Amino acid sequence: MTKLPKPLLVFHWLFAIFMLAPLAMVVLVSFTSKGYIAMPFDGASLRWYRAMLEASDFIDAFWRSLGLAAAAATLATLMAVPAGMAIAWHRFAGRDTILALLLSPLMVPHVVLGIALLRFLTQIGGSGSYWGLTAAHTVIVLPYVLRLVVAAATGFDRSIAQAAQSLGASGWTVFRRIELPLIVPGVAGGWLIAFINSFDELTMSIFVASAGTQTLPVKMYNHIANTIDPLLASVSTVMIVLTLVLMIVLDRFYGLDRILSGKT
Amino acid sequence: MNAHRNRLPYWLTAPGMLVTLAFVALPLVLLFSLSLYPFVSGVGIGEQMTFANYTEIFSDDYFHAIFARTFGMAILVTLLCIVIGVPEAYVLTRLSERWRAVSVVIVLGPLLISVVIRTLGWAVLLGNEGVINNLLMASGLVSEPVKIMFTFTGVVIAMVHVLVPFMVLAVWTSLQKLDPATEQAAQSLGASLPTVLRRIVFPQVIPGVLSGGLIVFALAASAFATPAIIGGRRLKVVPTTIYDEFLGNLNWPLGAALAVVLVLIVLAVSMGVNRLVERRWKQVFQ
Repeated sequence: MTKLPKPLLVFHWLFAIFMLAPLAMVVLVSFTSKGYIAMPFDGASLRWYRAMLEASDFIDAFWRSLGLAAAAATLATLMAVPAGMAIAWHRFAGRDTILALLLSPLMVPHVVLGIALLRFLTQIGGSGSYWGLTAAHTVIVLPYVLRLVVAAATGFDRSIAQAAQSLGASGWTVFRRIELPLIVPGVAGGWLIAFINSFDELTMSIFVASAGTQTLPVKMYNHIANTIDPLLASVSTVMIVLTLVLMIVLDRFYGLDRILSGKT
Repeated sequence: MNAHRNRLPYWLTAPGMLVTLAFVALPLVLLFSLSLYPFVSGVGIGEQMTFANYTEIFSDDYFHAIFARTFGMAILVTLLCIVIGVPEAYVLTRLSERWRAVSVVIVLGPLLISVVIRTLGWAVLLGNEGVINNLLMASGLVSEPVKIMFTFTGVVIAMVHVLVPFMVLAVWTSLQKLDPATEQAAQSLGASLPTVLRRIVFPQVIPGVLSGGLIVFALAASAFATPAIIGGRRLKVVPTTIYDEFLGNLNWPLGAALAVVLVLIVLAVSMGVNRLVERRWKQVFQ
């Protein structure tokens, strides 16, 4: 293979700068000592990190988002594992339709889902409720887990399960001792990607969450709509660092490209 | 035993199906029906079914301008993502293992960071007191701050940043399927790198470019956070208009009708492009 020509390499680094610049700015601004958005070059301070610890509404929203993301990812995984195994291993009438239905939340714009759910939850008396928000997040992250479970289960040699069955193992034992351990990497990756997607979701939650159930992105958006101050930058920096840790874990174990395009 | 086996897949998919039907399909059907009712101020939703919301959208220049802006923006963002995303995907395949690992985190990692945070970064960069303007002023290139925040240009820049990873991902996936031997064969026969790229590599990744383009287009047309934060109140697009109708004017039927029209246009474009691709590039898929 020939080496990359210079112009392409220069382009690559410009591209990297373009991708990183806004995130780097947020991190830099968070260390300012001023009361407004400014670069911290004439004296860095942790003023806005102390302010963050005292901003109880942000802290509450953070924990709420964390709990919501864990609940939605877990519920979605519980539903996606059996569904994914059925779709990967069985040929049945309506299989393609069922798969399309389960993946359909990926196709619907979140703003449309948001207003549809706001109307629906209002009609059934669940608007602004925590369970409504959890249900909404569960359906939108379900496709992410499902894609990874199907991919993991498809690449699995069915003869092992058949061997166990012919040796007298019950269906449940085969599932617990053979099938589940083999698809665990796909399931774990799916849970993580579902968790991250739920945690980051803004557009649908804006409609579904009430003042009492604001998630962190919704809280941040409402804050930005009023004023952009360095408090947002310090909150964002914490989020960027946490995401970076998860990102490195995902990249080590799965490869970011594969997990993001839904293949394990 | 046999009957039991045949029903097993349905039992296994039932929980996911029921939840998706209840919280996606049913609400969408109800949203469509909501768009067919009139809005009565003071009362809320009227009782007589009507097409009034749709007639309003199709006859009012105010909505024409918003739809034109939204799809103009989506097309421009898609083209820019193709122009910078395709070469970047190619570079990724050619980097050494270690640099590729770092570059992948830089290029795809932002997908895992909330859109609110990424857009906030652009607000910091693009504002009148922002970093780019301070640099421009300090270098003496301009005497007045350049207005980028709250402009069409600003929204397009930030949206390209938010969406270009999807393009890189799609093109990179199709590049990985290429047989490197075809490239080497062309080169050993004396083709220069630009020729190889143009005649050998690019034609084979067109399906990846188109599927990435469709994803970017659909997401750009329905993006909310970036146009809302960078575009501000006056530079309205369809999703921010839906937000205003729902949570500002409380005119839910009109907001529902806007959503229906948005989804139908995005669907029509996707299906049109798919049809075109199947006819024009049939051989690529065989």
